[in-house]
Amino acid sequence: MRARVFVTLKPSVFDPQGRTIVDALQSLGYQNVADVRQGKYFELDLATTERAQAEKLAADVADKVLANPVIESYRIEVD
Amino acid sequence: MIDAKVLERHGLTKDEYDRIVGFMGREPNLTELGIFSVMWSEHCSYKSSRVHLKTLPTEGPQVLQGPGENAGAVDIGEGLAAVFKIESHNHPSFIEPYQGAATGVGGIIRDIFTMGARPIALLNSLRFGDLDSPGTRRLLEGVVAGIAGYGNSIGIPTVGGEIVFEGSYGGNPLVNVFCLGIAKASDIIKGVASGVGNGVYYVGAKTGRDGIHGATMASAEFDDKSAEKRPAVQVGDPFMEKLLLEACLEVMQTDALIGIQDMGAAGLTCSTTEMGSRGGAGVEIDVSLVPQRETGMTPYEIMLSESQERMLLVAKQGREDEVERIFEKWDLHAVRIGHVTDDGMLRVKERGVVVAEIPNRALTDEAPLYRRPMTEPEYLREAQQLDLDAIGSSEKPVPGTRASHRGDQNTALLAMLASPTIASKKWIYRQYDHMVRTNTINMPGLGAGAVRIKGTDIGLAMSVDGNGRHCYLDPYRGAMLAVAEAARNVACSGARPLAATNCLNFGNPERPGIMWQFAKAVEGIGAACRALDVPITGGNVSLYNETDGKAIYPTPTIGVVGVLTHADRIVGRRFQESGDVILLLGEGRGELGGSEYLKVMHDLVRGVPPRLELDAERALQALLVTLADDRLMRSAHDCSDGGLAVTVAECAFDTVGIGAEISIDGTTVSRDETLNIAAALFGESASRVVVSVVPDQVTSVLRLAAGAGVPARVMGQTGGSRLRIAVAGDIVIDQSVDEAERVWSTAIDRYFAQRVA
Amino acid sequence: MKFGIVVFPGSNCDEDALHAARDLFGHDADYLWHKDTDLKSADVVILPGGFAHGDYLRTGAMARFSPIMGPVRAFAERGGPVLGICNGFQILLESGLLPGAMLRNKGLKYRCEHVHLRVEQIDTPFTAAATRGQILRIPIGHGEGNYFAPPETLQQIEANRQVVLRYTDPNGRIDESWNPNGSVNGIAGLCNEARNVVGMMPHPERACEPLLGGVDGRVIFDSIVLTMRAAGSRELQPSAVGASVSGERS
Repeated sequence: MRARVFVTLKPSVFDPQGRTIVDALQSLGYQNVADVRQGKYFELDLATTERAQAEKLAADVADKVLANPVIESYRIEVD
Repeated sequence: MIDAKVLERHGLTKDEYDRIVGFMGREPNLTELGIFSVMWSEHCSYKSSRVHLKTLPTEGPQVLQGPGENAGAVDIGEGLAAVFKIESHNHPSFIEPYQGAATGVGGIIRDIFTMGARPIALLNSLRFGDLDSPGTRRLLEGVVAGIAGYGNSIGIPTVGGEIVFEGSYGGNPLVNVFCLGIAKASDIIKGVASGVGNGVYYVGAKTGRDGIHGATMASAEFDDKSAEKRPAVQVGDPFMEKLLLEACLEVMQTDALIGIQDMGAAGLTCSTTEMGSRGGAGVEIDVSLVPQRETGMTPYEIMLSESQERMLLVAKQGREDEVERIFEKWDLHAVRIGHVTDDGMLRVKERGVVVAEIPNRALTDEAPLYRRPMTEPEYLREAQQLDLDAIGSSEKPVPGTRASHRGDQNTALLAMLASPTIASKKWIYRQYDHMVRTNTINMPGLGAGAVRIKGTDIGLAMSVDGNGRHCYLDPYRGAMLAVAEAARNVACSGARPLAATNCLNFGNPERPGIMWQFAKAVEGIGAACRALDVPITGGNVSLYNETDGKAIYPTPTIGVVGVLTHADRIVGRRFQESGDVILLLGEGRGELGGSEYLKVMHDLVRGVPPRLELDAERALQALLVTLADDRLMRSAHDCSDGGLAVTVAECAFDTVGIGAEISIDGTTVSRDETLNIAAALFGESASRVVVSVVPDQVTSVLRLAAGAGVPARVMGQTGGSRLRIAVAGDIVIDQSVDEAERVWSTAIDRYFAQRVA
Repeated sequence: MKFGIVVFPGSNCDEDALHAARDLFGHDADYLWHKDTDLKSADVVILPGGFAHGDYLRTGAMARFSPIMGPVRAFAERGGPVLGICNGFQILLESGLLPGAMLRNKGLKYRCEHVHLRVEQIDTPFTAAATRGQILRIPIGHGEGNYFAPPETLQQIEANRQVVLRYTDPNGRIDESWNPNGSVNGIAGLCNEARNVVGMMPHPERACEPLLGGVDGRVIFDSIVLTMRAAGSRELQPSAVGASVSGERS
């Protein structure tokens, strides 16, 4: 099964990369892009066919390694 | 199957193809054609440049290794050798600035440690178009970030370099990277394969489809799937290279290696061929044993891949386990992919079946050698005409400067200091870790890059310099001046220049005008290297730097390395104290040809570059080394871009405000008094150094200079908060040092809008 | 007194730290390979600068799983002095041995330059020889030195006097324009609640010889010697301060 993990900076954490991207977009004429937050995306190839097991495994991996809980939060999609 | 189209895609001419058939005794298959195409490419074979490069001086008692290996090496005393080289990564940096520059750094570092030397310093020479253009800014940011990203990660300090902004390089940036390493003189390792039956090992990153140029398919046709398999940009992995570096250095200490070479341009092909050639042996490998990170790779792709961070090595029989174990410690896998033979062939198999078989000799020694036609280019005579009288009386407003300077040399000085080529490069070098390894004794921007060698008293100084404008106006003299400048920068720090490496950046050699520039430049380099006793130990040639038929200025960049017998006697460019005496070594002749002044203030690139008397230069450099060794100089800074006024100003910067007051002679180069004064201030006559000396040592300095036959005179003294320069008795420059420094240090920052605090 | 310097794949400043501890200060020092679990009787552990494990995923994130970190953690829990420099600081944060996390520099660019630091606390093993308010001029070299802690954690850190070093102007005043990376409250160095584990972004080992541009980093090493002496450590070597003042080899 495949799990997709999206890791993003917590709202309280200032994101200078996101800020830079917004500025660049707006100077290119994309006035309607109000904000951008940059994050990370991981694709996990899991050796299981059970959805619940995949979700648990992905969450475990995200908790322990992929995200730093002090500054990041994550969400998971499985298919 | 192999038709004109296929040949064209491989960059081979019909003649070259016939030559191949001659060597093989048959038609080559596509894999063999691919192998020939990369080995006979300009980059690998130097086919257009070899006849000229052969004229360069490459020998001397200090040379341990000249051109022909992965890098050059010189004896620096204490049983040690400095291993160094400069290389270009111009075209990739235009396509993908970050990765192009990063992989350039990775490549040159590998060239150094493959010789058994631990890399301890990096320099770079960068050339971009005008900073006004957003494209240039994007290139600059990407290239600098790439160099920083790679160099900082792998932990090798970038201790200096040069950056030039000139319209000529707008579509063709130049990224030349220099690396220096240290090895025991007796332990230098060569890239050689020998000993029949010895195992040929592959270690490092897995092979992918990176950087396969031109043709990519086993067949000559393109289909839908071809788009996905399109050659990818090479992506560097400095972490992998750090592991390789440490593991290789550890293996080298065991003497279990016969030879080792990094896989750079033309990857597996080049390394197997060259190692075999050097050892007078043959190499047989099976590509199915090569670690691959993509599926379905053909022998063609595997042989031509330029995936980064890979090494090829030959181990002594019976020592293979030892080698493998050391690599395992660093989580690397040394995989045996073949063995050394005695038949002088490069034999490539796939799962035991021969898929390519070529005599090594044909790929290396017998590569084409061209004596391309050369003619003096049409622009030259006209461009060398410089009517200073005409300029003096009709000054154009200069775009980008704040005011017309009409006689006000203060405004001219500020305009010069704000010119990006002259301005402080702190915006750039602050992004480079220049202190890692705790050896750096001269920080970037303060003179030649310099490091001390732990465990000894000695140090090494190094500098890369070039001047495309000078070479455009006179390639012979311009190239000589580049060698002189690099060696002079090294001598200013107190180090005795020992040897040089060159990176020759030119346009299309198939055009006689360009080939003429190349040949003249090589002659100039040879003349200067001989006179200054800095033999060439290796280098790189980068041709075809042009867009839409417009070539860059011919730009040889020269890297010089020198040794400081006492690292703690290193001399920088900054004034040290108020009340010191400022002297000028050498003499100015108000030469404005090809100068930064003419470009900035009059938007002109004309005239002939300054004269260079090699004997005078030689005497000056020897004097500098003596003065430094005797601790007689508090600071030393050579005059180059912007001439004397800019040099003196720079000596006052980063000193917490030590000013200067000097007086110099006038010069008559035209009927215009303003221009005459400007010529005295900003003329770029060669072989001049501004030094500051403790007052009661001035007599000793003047005596030593006289003894060496070097003109020397007192110009004034340091002190105060202003920069005052009098020409022929009249004060023409009177500036606040703080204000001038502000202009100089913020010039480049201004081009980059502050996005985040 | 023995220094143990942990070496991860990708560590770059391990040699620099060893050179300082052994060649400049005359102490016994050894490398501790990341795959080993033997601290080799080290009295002080240093996690040096560099790019351990390529800094992949997040800086310092993978290094915390190395076998050596088990014994390092135990050593710290026993009260052993641990100094994390730059990448070492990042690893201590990811390991949870220090509170907070590290972000990319606010200006998004790597910065290598001298900064000024104010010593805030002198009751740690690495600042014991300093005076409160002392200004140190020490180099930084990092792209991810922007220290962050959520508001409640930050409040606690400040209340517990865990901030050991702060970025200031040359006169010791806190000024945002003298903060090289945007770290919250200008935090350059931090200790744990038990005050035996210290992390700092600047590189003291780069400021121990006049030849290299400054000697303000010596106080960090002098402090640990002072601390160990006071704790009655046996086989203490006198600091070779005099011999190395001129930067010559020891």
